[in-house]
Amino acid sequence: MEWQDDALLLGTRPHGESSVIATVFARERGVHAGVIRGGQSRKMAPVLQPGSQVAVTWRARLEDHIGSFTAEPLRSRAAAVMGGRLALTGAGAVMGLLQYALPEREPHPALYDQTLPLLDLLGQDDIWPLAYLGWEKALLAELGYGLELGKCAVTGQREGLIYVSPKTGRAVSAEGAGDWAGRLLPLPPCLKGEGAAPDAEIALGLETTGYFLRHKVASEQVGKPLPDARERLVALIRKRAA
Amino acid sequence: MSATRDIDHLIELMAKLPGLGPRSARRAVLHLIRKRDLLLTPLADVMQTVAATARECLNCGNVGTTDICDICQSEKRANGELCVVEDVADLWAMERSGVFKGRYHVLGGTLSALDAVGPDDLRIPQLVNRLEAETISEVILALNATIDGQTTAHYIADQIEHRVSVTSLAQGVPIGGELDYLDDGTITAALNARKKL
Repeated sequence: MEWQDDALLLGTRPHGESSVIATVFARERGVHAGVIRGGQSRKMAPVLQPGSQVAVTWRARLEDHIGSFTAEPLRSRAAAVMGGRLALTGAGAVMGLLQYALPEREPHPALYDQTLPLLDLLGQDDIWPLAYLGWEKALLAELGYGLELGKCAVTGQREGLIYVSPKTGRAVSAEGAGDWAGRLLPLPPCLKGEGAAPDAEIALGLETTGYFLRHKVASEQVGKPLPDARERLVALIRKRAA
Repeated sequence: MSATRDIDHLIELMAKLPGLGPRSARRAVLHLIRKRDLLLTPLADVMQTVAATARECLNCGNVGTTDICDICQSEKRANGELCVVEDVADLWAMERSGVFKGRYHVLGGTLSALDAVGPDDLRIPQLVNRLEAETISEVILALNATIDGQTTAHYIADQIEHRVSVTSLAQGVPIGGELDYLDDGTITAALNARKKL
């Protein structure tokens, strides 16, 4: 068995004294693991940092074997990522969520194509949180929990949408919410792709996407809590907003 | 086979050491047996002693033979500087350089999204406690220049920077390094951290 693909490196674990087991998010193959021989060497260690874009070739005798990768660097993001606290925490959240939420060996090329520009924006702290919020929305959609924020689920109106139903993920207007308003999730304009998106609003948006990640993805699909890295990112954005 | 069973067992155990495989372990064991008085017996004695006495320092996490290690006991090292490292091997590397004269704190790992290692799995709460118990003016975060290492550094800085001055090691071209052989990330970091001559 052999295939080649472009991939994002999600992380590595030491394997023996000189090799690593790398987990990558390959465009056409999804999240996939494999051994990289010599991955702990001084030459390879800088290439094999989370967030790096690599051209991988995977080889194994049988499809269900872990197999081995050879990796050629395409783009290193280590310097941009290590440049600041938000970039580091953000990269950790993206890598952590991809590895956490996506089933192994299931292709998600659309999500891959949306993740690359997000990582390219790392280091631009003024616009990155909003891009990340959009990416979480895309991740939810990819996992089958897409939010429908175009019109009110109760009245059908397209104006005055300020809530999201935790049950259906559909937008609800103030009028449609009625007495149920206290049980609905916030829908800040930035979650609909509107407005200036200050950090406080982005934190509200992440509260809503976080609800679906926790109550749908974590409890129904994965069965374990969300990665700490995401919680740290949300805390950091809240702190910036304060 | 039974006549060499203990020796085979010794070879098996030696082969599990870093840097050794079955063949090199066999050579090492043969060498030890040939130098029984000079190497094997003293090695066995000292290994027995270390097995009985080795423990983690209750204060910093360094490995020693007493509850509080020599560095933490030394008054000369109480100069107000505390160097935070990932593991004991890093502490030993810093000590080898002989440049740092303060005390250490060993975290026991780094935050890792992939391995689900969170702050509670590291010795971060103990670090915060030390800031209250000891007179510390500067915390130097000497963590690896990896994404996980730097994520951990920023997390710790976030927890303690309101109490004490926090610094980290510089990143850039290593001694003897040639630009042509450096990766893009190192060159970018070195350029960003350039200094006036």
